[in-house]
Formats: sequence, C-alpha cells, structure tokens
Amino acid sequence: MWLWGQIARGCFYRQPWVLGLEGEVTVGVTFEAYLLIIVLALPFVGSLVSGLILNTTSRDLPVFVAGVVTLLVLGLTTYAYTFVGNGSVLRFDAEWLPQFGLNFTLRMDGLAWIFTMLVSAIGFLVVVYARYYMGEEDPIPRFYSFLLAFMGAMLGIIISGNIILLSIFWELTSIFSFLLISYWHHNPTARDGARMALTITGIGGFCLLIGMLLLGNIVGSYDLDKVLASGDVIKNHALYLPTLIFILLGALTKSAQFPFHFWLPNAMAAPTPVSAFLHSATMVKAGVFLLVRLWPALSGTYEWFFLVGLAGMLTLLLGAYFAMFQRDLKGLLAYSTISHLGLITTLLSLGSPLATVAAIFHMLNHATFKASLFMAAGIIDHETGTRDMQRLSGLFRFLPFTATLAMVASAAMAGVPLLNGFLSKEMFFAEAVETNADSILDTILPYVATLAGAFSVTYSLRFIHTVFFGPPPVGLPKPRPHEPPRWMRFPVEFLVVVCLVVGIVPSLSIGPFLHVAAESVLGPDMPEYSLALWHGFNLPLVMSLVAMVGGTILYILMRGYFSRCEDGPPIFRRLRGQRIFERVLVTVSWRWARMAESRMGTRNLQPQLRWVVATGFMAGLLPLVLSGFEVRPLAFSGIDPAFAVVWLLGTAMALGAAFFAKYHRLAALIMLGGVGLTVCITFVWLSAPDLAITQLLVEIVTTVLILLGLRWLPKRNPHSFEVVTLRSRFRRFRDLVLAISCGVGMSFIAFAVMTMPVPDAIATYFLDNAYAQGGGRNVVNVILVDFRGFDTLGEIAVLGVVALTVYALLRRFRPADDSFEMPEQQRIQNRFDEERPERSLGDTVRDYMLVPSVIMQWMFPVVLTLAVYLFMRGHDMPGGGFSAGLTLSIAFLLQYLAGGTRWAEDRIRILPLRWIGLGLLTAVATGIGSWLLGYPFLTSHSRYLDLPLIGKVPAATALLFDLGVFSLVVGSTVLIMVALAHQSIRINRLRAIDAARSGDS
Amino acid sequence: MELVLSIAIGVMTSCGVWLILRPRTYQVIVGLSLLSYAVNLFIFGVGGVKSNVPPILEDGIDPSTLSDPVPQALVLTAIVIGFATTALFLVVLLASRGLTGNDHVDGRNDPK
Repeated sequence: MWLWGQIARGCFYRQPWVLGLEGEVTVGVTFEAYLLIIVLALPFVGSLVSGLILNTTSRDLPVFVAGVVTLLVLGLTTYAYTFVGNGSVLRFDAEWLPQFGLNFTLRMDGLAWIFTMLVSAIGFLVVVYARYYMGEEDPIPRFYSFLLAFMGAMLGIIISGNIILLSIFWELTSIFSFLLISYWHHNPTARDGARMALTITGIGGFCLLIGMLLLGNIVGSYDLDKVLASGDVIKNHALYLPTLIFILLGALTKSAQFPFHFWLPNAMAAPTPVSAFLHSATMVKAGVFLLVRLWPALSGTYEWFFLVGLAGMLTLLLGAYFAMFQRDLKGLLAYSTISHLGLITTLLSLGSPLATVAAIFHMLNHATFKASLFMAAGIIDHETGTRDMQRLSGLFRFLPFTATLAMVASAAMAGVPLLNGFLSKEMFFAEAVETNADSILDTILPYVATLAGAFSVTYSLRFIHTVFFGPPPVGLPKPRPHEPPRWMRFPVEFLVVVCLVVGIVPSLSIGPFLHVAAESVLGPDMPEYSLALWHGFNLPLVMSLVAMVGGTILYILMRGYFSRCEDGPPIFRRLRGQRIFERVLVTVSWRWARMAESRMGTRNLQPQLRWVVATGFMAGLLPLVLSGFEVRPLAFSGIDPAFAVVWLLGTAMALGAAFFAKYHRLAALIMLGGVGLTVCITFVWLSAPDLAITQLLVEIVTTVLILLGLRWLPKRNPHSFEVVTLRSRFRRFRDLVLAISCGVGMSFIAFAVMTMPVPDAIATYFLDNAYAQGGGRNVVNVILVDFRGFDTLGEIAVLGVVALTVYALLRRFRPADDSFEMPEQQRIQNRFDEERPERSLGDTVRDYMLVPSVIMQWMFPVVLTLAVYLFMRGHDMPGGGFSAGLTLSIAFLLQYLAGGTRWAEDRIRILPLRWIGLGLLTAVATGIGSWLLGYPFLTSHSRYLDLPLIGKVPAATALLFDLGVFSLVVGSTVLIMVALAHQSIRINRLRAIDAARSGDS
Repeated sequence: MELVLSIAIGVMTSCGVWLILRPRTYQVIVGLSLLSYAVNLFIFGVGGVKSNVPPILEDGIDPSTLSDPVPQALVLTAIVIGFATTALFLVVLLASRGLTGNDHVDGRNDPK
C-alpha cells in the first residue's frame, strides 16, 4: 500500500492543460489534453494486441486490429484540428523524472498535426495495401505488430514536447525500422540491410542525444517550447557549433543525406509496404522534420547554411544522378527519395521563411507521390515477380490501371504541372534564385537545382517508359501479370487523387493546413505566399522548362545505355558508400580489436594479476605522493606480549603456508587454518565476538572443503627435476619485490588508519538506535538483519547462487586421468587386508578412526542444540543466522566425516535445494510482509515473547528474516559439501562405465 | 596492539600477493584466503582497536564506549562471501584440472 501510494504520487501525478500561443494557461482535466496520450498509446496497444495473436491463422484479424487502430488515430487527429486549427497548442504534461527536470510532455501544434495526419493516413493505406501484398507464408501478425509499434514511435517523435523524449522515440524508430527491414530474416540481404540501417541511424541517434543534451544545457530546460523560444541564446552560445553538428549528424543520418545516404537503398530489401511507409513517407522524413522543428532555434547562421546546404545540395544532385542508373525499381525510387530529401534539406538551409514553407509543402507532396509509387512498384513486383527494369517492359497492356496511376505519380515526381510536385518544385526554384547567403554555394544553387530537376525528369521517364511501354516482356518469373485486387490498388488511387487535387486546386485543398503548419514554425515571421498554379512567365518557370526539355533529351540519348548498363552509376559504381562502411566496420570491430588484444591483452592469468596488483599498489601510493605524505611519530600504545606471541605464530604460519603451498599442500592447508585461528583469536581479543564465531565456523567448513578438493589435484614431487631458468628466477624476484612492497604498504596504511582518532561516523547512530528501533542488543546482528537487511538479502542470494553454480559445475565433473585411480592410502589399506587371511577387503577402511567417528556421531544432537541456541540468542548476544546455519551444516558435515557419504545419506535426507529455496522465500516474504502493513520493504517490528520454560525471547520480525538467512546458509553450505563429497562415489560409477566401454572395444 | 596487527596484515598481504602470482591453482587459492584475512583485519581495524567492549548493549553501559559495530558487520558479510568465493574457486579449479589434466592457472602443462 505504501508502495502504491508512492507510485501514485510519483508517476501518475498529472498537470494537464491547454496552452494557448499567447501564453494563457487553462488548468483543468480536459479530454483534449488526454487526446494526445491516446493518439500516442493507441498504436503501441495495437502492436501489443497484434503480438498477442501471433499464432492466429486468420489473415484478416491482424489487419482488422491495425486498420481500426490507424483509423482511430486518424479520426482523433482530425478532431484535434478543432483546437490546433486556430493556432493554439495542445499540451499534455506528466512528471517523468522531476529530479532531472524532465517531464513527459506531449505537444501538438500545426506542424505536428499535419505530420500526425500524414503518418496515420499513409499508415492506414499501408495497412490495407499490405493485406494483399504479404504472401501466404508470411507471419502477418508479426508484421502488423512491428508496423504499429513503428507508427507509435514515429508519432512520438512528432508530438514530443520534450527533446529528450524525442530522442527516445527517435531511437525507437531506428529499432522498429531494423525489425521491419529484417522482416524476411531468412534473406541475408534483408539482414545486412537492416543491420546497416540500424548502425547508421543508431549512431546518428546517439549523436542526436548528445546534441539534445547540449541544447538542453544551453537553454536550461529540455522543454521544446522553451528551446524554440531561445533561438538567440542558442545561436550566440559558445557551444552552438558542436550542438549543431551533433543534431545535424542525427538528422542527416536519419534522412539518408550525403554521405550517410547508402543505408537507404540497402534497406529496400524490406517488404514494399515497409518501404512505402518508412522509406518514403515517414521515417526518412523524421530527419527533415527535426530540422523544421528546430528551425526557429538553430537556423539562420552561416554554419547552418553551410553544413545543411552543402549536405542538401550534394544529396540532391548525387541522389538524382544515382537514381538514373538503377536497374532495380525500388533502387530508383530509393535514390529519388534521397534526392528529394536533399531538396528539402537544401530549402531548409536557406534560412528564409518562404523556403521553409516550401520545405514543409514538399515533404507532404513527396510523401504522397512517393508512397504511391512504392506501392505501384510493389504491385509490379507482386504481379511479375521481378523489379529489374531491364527485364520489365510493355506492362501497360497487362496493368492499364496501375500503369496510369504510376504515370501520374511519376509525373508528380518529375514536377509536371497540374500535379503537387510541380508546385513545391517551383517554390524551390524560386528560392534557389533568390540570394540568401552570399557565398559560392548560393551562387551555384540555381544550376544545381535545374540539373537535379533534369535528372529527375530522366529517371521518371525511364521508369515509365521501360516498364510500361515497348514490347511485351519475355521470361518473367510470373508469366501472366494481371491487375491486382481492387483494394490493393485503392491506396495508390487515393494518393494519386490527392496529388491531382493538390496540384490543381492547392489553395482550396492543402492551403489552410499548410498555413497552420508553417505558422506554428515561423510564428511572426510568416511570409506572404500564394499557392496558385500560375505565377506568370518567370525565371522559375523557365528553369522548370529547361529541366523538362533537358531531362527528356538526356533520356533519349541515354536510352540505349540504360537498357544494357550494369547496376549503379558510372564513375561512382566502384566508389560505394556501402563498401566503405563495411570496410570501416571490419577495420574497427575486427582488425583493430584484434590488434589491441594481441598488443595489450594476454590470456594468461599471471600477467593479468600482476597488473591488477601493481595498479592497486600504485593507486594506494599515488594519493600519498600527491598529498605530500607527512611522517608522524609512531604513536606507541604498548604491546601486549601475549598478543604479540600469538601473531608471531600467526605470521610464521602465513609464511609457512606461502612456502609450502607448492609441494606440501596438506601442510600449507593446516598452516592456513592456523592463520585463520589466529585471526579468530584476534577478533575475540578486540571485542568482536560475532566475527570470532563466524570466522571459526567458516574456517572449519573451508578446511574440510579444501581437504575434499585435495584428492583431485595432481601429485607433486619436490625432488623432481625442474630447470630453473634465469627468466623464471627473474620472474620470481619481481613477484617477491611486488609482494613485499604491497605488504609494507598495507602495514603502513593499516598502522596509520588504526592510530588515527576514529571520526564520529555512523557508528553512534547504530549504537543508539539498535535497541530502540531494532529491538536487539547485539548491534552487529541488528545491523545485518534490520538496518542493512537489504544488503544481507543480496548477500544470501549470492551465497545461494554460488552453491547452485558449484552444484552445476560438479554435475559434469570428470577428474583428470591421473586422479582416476584409488587414492594411495586406500590402496595401502586394501593391500594390508589382502595380505592377512583373517581380514576381508575393506575392513581397514571401515574401521579407520573408529573412536573419533563414534564421538562425532554422538556429537550430532549436541551440535544441533548449539545451532538452535546460537540462532535464538542472535539478536541479543553473539550468534545469529549465519553462525547458526554454519553450525548446523557442520553438524551434518560431521556425520558425513564420521560414517562416510553412504552411511550418512542412509540416515539423514537433507535436500539442500529446498533449504536454499525456503530460506530465500522466508527472507523475501518477511520483507514483503512489511509492505502489506504499509511500511517499506524489510521494515522490522520487535517485541519480546514470554515462552514457557525458556523465558523471555526476542521476537522481532527480523528473527523471521534471520531464519531465512539461517536456512539458506545451511542449504548452500551443505549443497557445496555434498556435491564435492559425492565425487568419490561418482568416480566409482565413471570407472564402471569406462571399464564397460573398454570391454566393448 | 596496532603495531602488531599492522605488521601481521602486512605479512599476510605479502604472502597472499606472492601466492596469487604463482602458477599453480592451489597456490592461488591459499593466497586468496590469506589476502582475505588481511583485508578483513584491515577493514576491522578501521573502526579502532579496543579490548573488552563488544558492541552488545547492556543496561548501565554508555553505548559510545563500545567498539564500532559497522566494520564488524561489514567484515561478517565479507567472511561469508569469502567462503562462497573460495568454494566457487575451488570447484572451478577442480573442473579446470579435470578438463586440462593439470593444475596450471592457464591450463597448460609446460612451464613457460
């Protein structure tokens, strides 16, 4: 309940309002404010629904879902015009990460509205079209699920009112576009294309995020309205240029601008509805949309003109040039899209308001005619089985309707009068002629524009003429093409009608909407313009005519070449962005990585550890050197002789362990245990009884564990001949120096720390509150199970995971060949039995250490009681879940040691996995219990209970938690031990299997 | 007290570092154990070195005279986790020994 309260306060707190442009704020919960969140959420909901019906066999159900969703979005957006149409802005605000000043803001003005309309309308048409385009075997629900999710992400970019939120949706479009391009993932070109698109747009998205962070930093807010209002601040800021470059990298990669254009043609491996939606109408428009969106904030400087203009003009010209030489229909359309996007970018670079109006207008026009052309190309592909223009010809007689529609649409693409493409192209030419920024770029722009116009006429003509006219095609994969189903053609028809209507009566159709959209960007700078078809005989018209005639002549001249040329443009055929990209990728991710690994890396453990230790030593030394180490007089507080003697032994054993670890493992282990006992004594000496208990118990368990492991290690003979080379002598010397330096350093630091006055830190808090709040007198235990209970929960989880890992590793354990035989000691004992007639084999092993094992067996109940005692007193006296758990597992362990694995398991069944699970569950359930009572996770409650016979017992809920700890520690320790102990039994089985196998062969 | 303890920490660190740089897995596991003793004692020592004042509250004793419970709680956790890592390392070294047939840390037989 507490949690829910938090969430409700933290995340669902909303402040919706409708913000007028004049700044008047009407607070109140209105439907209009929620309109935006509904519009944004609908596609994602639809995507989820589509995802839930993945296994449906129905082809119509997913289409129905997607159709309803897109229509609803379309309807709601149309309704939103009643608010946006008069120039106001719809806003939705919810707190997102208020501590970073981030709000989940959605915002719809004229520009966002017209793009939402575009995306949802074309989205609906694509949904209808795809119903007929997709094959029988294609998983339809998956397609619609991705498509709707993409649409949601795209709408998110359009209506984000927060630039960080915008970046997030930007990334989402990259990801869904990746999924859509690779929809036919069995096809390697689709996979490569998708990967390339994701790499390029993903890097771009990353740059965009950096740019947005810089931008937000300059403005002091990530709110889009504030950013748009601070144009002057941004442009005069020192960070303007880097900000601009990063944002442009994002926008230009997304809109496939030169030199990042090459991913778009490779993305044509996607199903055609995807190309129509993503790669003509929406996703590639996101880049130029962002440029328009941020136009008030960023444009108008020389840097803007130069960077944006150069990229735009190069893209405009090269895209059109490349488009002429494509053999693939979709390739032609893709390069044409690149070129048209370049045109829009160029318009935006000019920084004049009129050019911006033209840019918005051309974005809409291009979306309509290019989407219809992609769909037409899809129909041709669908009916004939190929998109190769050198194989297609004379299709008019088979597909008269589609051919007519495609011809109208490509005429719009070429900029023929009476069609929408003509209008925006005229506006472009008019702006190209104007001098906006005095530079060479501006001077050559009219010529570049005319040339690109001529190229676009040429490739449009090529498309129409080769595909629809000429002799009937021969050798098509599908020999008898015919008109597609009625509703497959409907989207194309609809879009072509739009092209015509806008082209003939622009001011009656698109006029008012374009005005609203442009006004929302330009505000008071809104220029006077007219959308009339006829502006008199002026320079732009002459340029149009030159482009038409020039393009037609060029086509006639090049016709022969087109019909037999290789794929790709001359000169540039060899210089392909794709290949450069791949080479860069290989160099960076393969060659450099390998070089770095071979130069700097090593696969050997010793050098790695040496570096770790040396770095650690330097890290300890450096602060001392930098801060000017000051030698203090030794604060000599006296030495307790007994303590000194204890540690004299302790250090001697540590040195002994280090010395003997190579050849005398058992001796080293005993000495290690001795050091552990010394540490344990130290804890007792220095007021840490809890640590002493735990250390002692852990010491026992660890020693037994390593003893169990010793049996599987190879024998090592100290007298065996081993050449000690000069090199290994040097290595040992170096390690010794390193080890001694580390030791001396540690001694110094430890002494310095221990003789310094202890600052008044958090210790006082725990000492003062342990009893009052935790209800326990043993402060260490209260810290573990109460104050820092969450840490302990994590820790026992680690312990459980380690136990399971050990168990899993040992399940497949196979000892090395030389440890396969029986241990030497057992062999000696067996030989002893064999030599005496009165003994039978195995007697010695059975009777080995008989007295100790009887004692150990009898100790079981005693140790058990000790465990319970340690557990119960843990909250008030030294003890607790950890030590009790270890004690109980030692009780089990003793039984294994006393009677052997088989004997022990015949008598007790421990089921350690259940102990682990139960322990973790108890601990977590205790924590959750406090939720149910309305407190934070793991809040404890304490009181004393009066039990008969035992007396007063602390009964904090922390005790329950400690019970979980106890149970898990028992389970984990026993699981590790038993898994290791079982290897001696398993090896008998392995021996039997090996014997059987060798008998077979 | 402090002097003895810090020398002990130093000696155990030296032995531990020396051992973890050795080529045999068993040496490394002993070294790690020694290092963890040293580190545990070091962390424990940060809270000050006092005798006969365990952090257990009793009526009539001023809590501020007791020893610092925080490093103790940290070290208790460290001891248990240290046990877990030792167990894991032991099993990994056994598995590596089973797979490669030798007990070199890199699994190779020839001492290079």
